[in-house]
Amino acid sequence: MSTTTEGQTASTKQTIVLEGATVRLAGDSGDGMQLAGTQLTGTSAQVGNDIATFPDFPAEIRAPRGTLAGVSGFQVHFSSQEIFTPGDSLNCLIAMNPAALKTNLADLDSGGALIVNQDAFDKKDLEKAGYATNPLEDDSLEGYNLFKVPMTKLTRGAVEGLGLSVKEADRCRNFFAMGLIYWLYGRDSSPTLRFIEEKFGGKPDVAEANRKALNAGWNYGETTEAFVSHYEVAPAKLPAGKYKNMMGNTALAWGLIAAAKVSGKDLFYGTYPITPASDILHELSRHKNFGVRTVQAEDEIAAMCTVIGAAFAGSMAVTGSSGPGIALKGEAMGLGMILELPMIIINVQRGGPSTGLPTKTEQSDLLQVLFGRNGESPIPIIAARSPGDCFDVAIEAWRIATRFMTPVILLSDGYIANGSEPWLIPDADAIPRIEVSHPGPLNDGEAFLPYARNERLARPWAIPGTEGLMHRVGGLEKQDKTGNVSYDPENHQHMTDVRAQKVANIADDVPLQEVTGPASGDLLVLSWGGTYGANTTAVKKCQKMGLSVAHAHLRYLNPLPKNLGEILDRYKKVLVPELNMGQLRMLIRARYLKDAIGYNKVQGKPFTVAELVGKIQETIG
Amino acid sequence: MSTQLPVLKAKDFESDQDVRWCPGCGDYSILAQMKKMLPSMGVPREKIVFISGIGCSSRFPYYMNTYGIHSIHGRAPALATGLKSVRPDLMVWVITGDGDGLSIGGNHLMHVIRRNLDINIILFNNRIYGLTKGQYSPTSPLGKVTKSTPMGAIDNPLHPLSIAIGCEASFVARSIDTHIKHLEATLQRAAEHRGTSFVEVYQNCNIFNDGAWEYTKDKQTKAENTIELEHGKPLIFGAKRDKGIRLNGLEPEVVELGKGVTEDDLLFHDEKAAEPSLAYLLSRMRHEDGFPEPIGVFRAIETPRYDEELNKQVAAARAKRGEGDLNALFNSGETWTVS
Repeated sequence: MSTTTEGQTASTKQTIVLEGATVRLAGDSGDGMQLAGTQLTGTSAQVGNDIATFPDFPAEIRAPRGTLAGVSGFQVHFSSQEIFTPGDSLNCLIAMNPAALKTNLADLDSGGALIVNQDAFDKKDLEKAGYATNPLEDDSLEGYNLFKVPMTKLTRGAVEGLGLSVKEADRCRNFFAMGLIYWLYGRDSSPTLRFIEEKFGGKPDVAEANRKALNAGWNYGETTEAFVSHYEVAPAKLPAGKYKNMMGNTALAWGLIAAAKVSGKDLFYGTYPITPASDILHELSRHKNFGVRTVQAEDEIAAMCTVIGAAFAGSMAVTGSSGPGIALKGEAMGLGMILELPMIIINVQRGGPSTGLPTKTEQSDLLQVLFGRNGESPIPIIAARSPGDCFDVAIEAWRIATRFMTPVILLSDGYIANGSEPWLIPDADAIPRIEVSHPGPLNDGEAFLPYARNERLARPWAIPGTEGLMHRVGGLEKQDKTGNVSYDPENHQHMTDVRAQKVANIADDVPLQEVTGPASGDLLVLSWGGTYGANTTAVKKCQKMGLSVAHAHLRYLNPLPKNLGEILDRYKKVLVPELNMGQLRMLIRARYLKDAIGYNKVQGKPFTVAELVGKIQETIG
Repeated sequence: MSTQLPVLKAKDFESDQDVRWCPGCGDYSILAQMKKMLPSMGVPREKIVFISGIGCSSRFPYYMNTYGIHSIHGRAPALATGLKSVRPDLMVWVITGDGDGLSIGGNHLMHVIRRNLDINIILFNNRIYGLTKGQYSPTSPLGKVTKSTPMGAIDNPLHPLSIAIGCEASFVARSIDTHIKHLEATLQRAAEHRGTSFVEVYQNCNIFNDGAWEYTKDKQTKAENTIELEHGKPLIFGAKRDKGIRLNGLEPEVVELGKGVTEDDLLFHDEKAAEPSLAYLLSRMRHEDGFPEPIGVFRAIETPRYDEELNKQVAAARAKRGEGDLNALFNSGETWTVS
């Protein structure tokens, strides 16, 4: 074997130190760009950079090759500073074909590095991408630092002699591109070499080919005269501790497993596959040794109903979906609410309406989860703000669900679900326990009151198998305390009030809203969910510019934090940036009679920092 | 503490709620036979759960002194799937009707049966929507005039047992609300079966569809119009037990015994046949086509049960990898340390 197990890092060329860099790998959806991006993320994390990633891929698994619709991209921002977003624009774009160039070029900084697979720019692929002339041969790319690399030829050459077919050889191109990027940004290739061994170990010729392609890419950067210098991004000063690169959906799955463990429960996850939530199911189904039971139900409605059944039986019951699935679950969510059983409903939001933009991000399900059920049907809502935060939010959702005997809706979105960031690995033993209790047996004759309530207005969670606690629950309105069916007008009013008050009481049980920045001033930026990173970065920039602006990022959306109204009053203006047409803003206006200003975008993409900075400046005036 | 189970009586299964079905409804009998049968199973009340959807039959759980959920329309099989998956120790009954189970909940019924979840499903078939006051149901016959079909129903009816068999049901049976001994015995067979037991009960709605099953109940005609299935026995029926069912190729036919036809020429019932073809053929024998309609157990076979298999996987994962350790999970894969 000619390969080494250690990655190459030493270069003899000139090194330029950068604070950070944003790189996007783009190619056909079959070109392995998601894998390449994931590897670049992992190795950047290993270097000690702070990282944020943004995978962007089409809904079609394999759209016709070479077309604009089939372009898949993965953006990685790595930095020696603390960062919160995957970057507004690109310092470097790798385009594996003309379609990838066409759809991504607008995001590349002028003067940015543009690395293209020259071999893919043939007449046919140029036509598919809608290029009349080859952009590599006219002057249209003059404003960029263009590197024309014959990747197909070089990769085929690198794997020659391994007996691979041309098709198999071409599949290694993404590793060639990775090797070149690793050289360019001084990344260590050993994590990727380990990955190759793990993933392709069973197919030694494929593993060897990928290793050779990776090394060939690195060597190409080192030897070709086109690249005169390369870069270095120093480790970031993150808080001390052990880290791993964490994606939102994985963090959510692990948070659920942890919540089950610290509450002494087995986890039940009933779900139906839907983008972008399915990876939660995939992850959970791997961890059955934690007592995790996953059920892939026949449809979204069934998934929600399995959760109600499992909750009644005494499990930690969770379902996950996205907007269209949540629409189908609505009736059953109402049942979960009136049964007053603890459970978690995850909505990993995507672009809507209807099927919408399945692989793109949006925050447009807030009003759906708040109001999308018949009748007066309050359910608490909390939202994750970043990939790593999904872990904490999952645990918090279960804490609220069990303390208040209620379903809890957990909002994530496609951006944080598939994005990743460094995650400070917690000590499992330091995660606070969640106390869950079930009433014990009663002797015959003693009446059990399933709808008696404690000081928080939560009812007892009596589970089947407990002697003397046999009781019936259902979707019909129930009599106070006994839970028997009741059509009494006063009782219905009372039960409606109590259910609302119980959810409102959660505000007493969660932290007060915090504000970063001045306690009063010209502007408060009020945000929620996955826009945390962009808003945080934008507000910090504006504060550095000397603007009087503060930032409040909501985790608790129902009920809203107790002190929110008072916070809003301390600023002359309130700006609510959202990836929807103004849903939180509508709530803020209704609830606090505050003339909140919206900044709204529904393009399937996250906010850029520049957009937010511009809006903040404009709003302050 | 005594470990001996108390001997329960039918009355012990009665809840404190007033039964509110219309007087004369067939549901009363099904409730009574259930209460009568359950003590024989020796399962404590707290280990039994009744789950229903929406409709007249779905009020059933309220009247049983067990655990119960009156859920939403058509979804009881899905609730049962979640419940039984995490608590295979419980005895779970799903109570449904022709509208609840075959119309709005058809998908869930199909899937719970194919999973062979270890539960018992009782479908009260009255061939009408009762709770919504008299629209045609998925089992109403063609031409049925109801409030919603003043010129007659034009949907072909579904046949519950044919559907269950098509979904690979491991236990399929039929009984009649007024055949109380037969009904009780059938419920008991269902309860004893391990896997999804699917029981269709011909149930009379005396308000909106009175007499729909009269041909199976009337003293004069019931012996001619029904045939009681017994495992290993020939299919014989009639007041004088002088008629039988013979196979002619792949078709059943009614024959008279004597006149050259002996019992040995008849179709013998085999509820344990691995192939469901014969059970399906029996489910297709209909009154309007001149056949007696079979009652009893059509099919009872042993196949893997979803809840058991799911929990086996959990046990296997624990045996292989040990009980999950959060710290080990968190520290798995590529990590790095910042000092």
